[in-house]
Amino acid sequence: MLKKLSISALAALSLSAGAAMAAGGAGHIEDVAFSFEGPFGKFDQNQLQRGLQVYTEVCAACHGLKYVPLRTLADEGGPHLPEDQVRAYAAQFDIFDPELDDDRPRKVTDHFPESGLPEAPDLSLMAKARAGFHGPYGTGINQMVKGMGGAEYIYSLMTGYTGKEKEEAGTTFYENTAFPGGWIAMAPPLYEDQLEFADGHSNDIHHVAEDISAFLMWTAEPKMMARQRAGLTGVLFLSLLSVLLYLTNKKLWAPIKGKKLNL
Amino acid sequence: MSGIPHDHYEPKSKPTKWVESRLPVIGLLYDTLMIPTPKNLNWWWIWGIVLAFCLALQIVTGIVLVMHYTPHVDLAFASVEHIMRNVNGGHMIRYLHMNGASLFFFAVYIHIFRGLYYGSYKAPREITWIVGMIIYLLMMAAGFMGYVLPWGQMSFWGATVITGLFGAIPFIGEAIQTWLLGGPAVDNATLNRFFSLHYLVPFVIAALVIVHIWAFHTTGNNNPTGVDVRKGSKEEAEKDTLPFWPYFVIKDLVGLAIVVTIFFAIVGFMPNYLGHPDNYIEANPLATPAHIVPEWYFLPFYAILRAFTADVWVVMFTSWITGGIIDAKFFGVLAMFGAIIAMALVPWLDTSRVRSGRFRPMFKWWYALLVVDFIVLMWAGAMPAEPPYSTISLIGATYWFAYFFVILPILGVIEKPLTPPATIEDDFNAHYGKPAEPAE
Repeated sequence: MLKKLSISALAALSLSAGAAMAAGGAGHIEDVAFSFEGPFGKFDQNQLQRGLQVYTEVCAACHGLKYVPLRTLADEGGPHLPEDQVRAYAAQFDIFDPELDDDRPRKVTDHFPESGLPEAPDLSLMAKARAGFHGPYGTGINQMVKGMGGAEYIYSLMTGYTGKEKEEAGTTFYENTAFPGGWIAMAPPLYEDQLEFADGHSNDIHHVAEDISAFLMWTAEPKMMARQRAGLTGVLFLSLLSVLLYLTNKKLWAPIKGKKLNL
Repeated sequence: MSGIPHDHYEPKSKPTKWVESRLPVIGLLYDTLMIPTPKNLNWWWIWGIVLAFCLALQIVTGIVLVMHYTPHVDLAFASVEHIMRNVNGGHMIRYLHMNGASLFFFAVYIHIFRGLYYGSYKAPREITWIVGMIIYLLMMAAGFMGYVLPWGQMSFWGATVITGLFGAIPFIGEAIQTWLLGGPAVDNATLNRFFSLHYLVPFVIAALVIVHIWAFHTTGNNNPTGVDVRKGSKEEAEKDTLPFWPYFVIKDLVGLAIVVTIFFAIVGFMPNYLGHPDNYIEANPLATPAHIVPEWYFLPFYAILRAFTADVWVVMFTSWITGGIIDAKFFGVLAMFGAIIAMALVPWLDTSRVRSGRFRPMFKWWYALLVVDFIVLMWAGAMPAEPPYSTISLIGATYWFAYFFVILPILGVIEKPLTPPATIEDDFNAHYGKPAEPAE
């Protein structure tokens, strides 16, 4: 009976995933084996630091991260930068202070700047907002089994440019195999040997795309590692509780039930 | 309270006598906890406790969330991100609340379908059933309004679509919609009243849960055989029942612990799996999402709503005969609410004298088909409103109504049911034989 219950629970779960159905005309999404996938996944601190560099040198020209407090760059389970580095990083962006009635350098308690270009969307939550390709047939099995999410979308978008361009109503569109509809207004942001990593990590487009995707996954879900730890602790203790309660129940009912007949 | 004869609480010490003669609250708790419960209940009977847990979980996590949330169109989305990033443990509280809603509906659907199979809705439990259906409707209201509060894209557009259903009512619809929204469109006034009502409804549900329990403690629980507990004497009743404490409390806790283990795995490892990614984009009245999809637990009824398009002959006929007053949109709304009302009316639609589906050979198959139908409708509701999904929805919706209004009434007449065991004791002993050692 218990088995039946858990099977029905699983069946209903996989079916209900239909709710999170794909947005129309979805493009091709590559599966990447990110370090943070699965229940035991962890953010790679070095990768997040490289991703921060990519964000700062490339994305930040147009995009913002308005929901992300700068101090969280020092968080464990995140890029985990030393505090003085975070202070120095924050100070390079100015913010208008109503009390001073003037601009001042940002403090660690301020957030990242907003998007500089009005048409460039904020990237804080992009990795969660673009996780909507729940194939096959809207069941969400791909996402569950392969751990595919918004980070894969961002990686595929970064590496999905074909090089073709077209102009419509004064705007240039670039063909991209990952973007829904196939044509995106954002020019290809990455090119070979664009930046140098201090840790000597490879700087070809694929590696850079992985790093920025991982970093944006962290900005979208900064407490992921704490959450997974809490989940694991919860599951372990609750499993133990379930076993103990099961045994208690068995003992309690034994005098009532007697020997089970084979029917 | 219960119609089943059993021992009542007798205060023995001085303080308990003092309290009991002024307010018989200890006796009330004792009678509630020690209610004689059919001893052959199976594991499908644990979901009531799971639902009670869900209600408590949602109220407790919800109250904490309110401490940090701001119900304003310019601030709501950012305040949710504040909870996710800055509030200690805020991300867990929010994910528990968000997925708690899913667990709540998952449990209520099993609870309802259990009732539909074992005939728990039949006399004398009609009021228990109706109160349960009202609780379910209020849950849907709470779930819908709660989804609006994060003020994401799906919040905004879901609210626009669902309140638009009221706009489909002929003549007065638009006025009702404006009154509900507090303006011509979903805006700050809407968000504020939804927040207020989202906080209120769970407490109304809690009160109705007490009524629900009161009602079935009066009639006694149904059980898998559908056979009544013998009520002639206390000795007779004790052969069919066991006290709720400790036997069923511990059994229910086993079930609850297992369910909550799976729930924690989902919250910990895939908390956004059941949500829509578009809700991580702040609401924008100028950009409509490609597909507006409600939460998974509304999908079967959403499919029924969309199934009745203008090219379906029933819709065309109704529209013609009412002179166009009932158009396709209004027909869909009527069908959606009708699908739930059909469930609420089932005590009077089922004509069979045998309560439990276990002893109804034909009913079993039709019931199984209804479960499949419900799942298919859930899937079709998530798909775009185009062929073949619209046809599948229409077939599914037709079966839903046929089950309640045609199949159940006819089955009771033409079906030849098996003979249920004479007593619950017989059923129990047929499964478990004689106790190994005599019970004390």
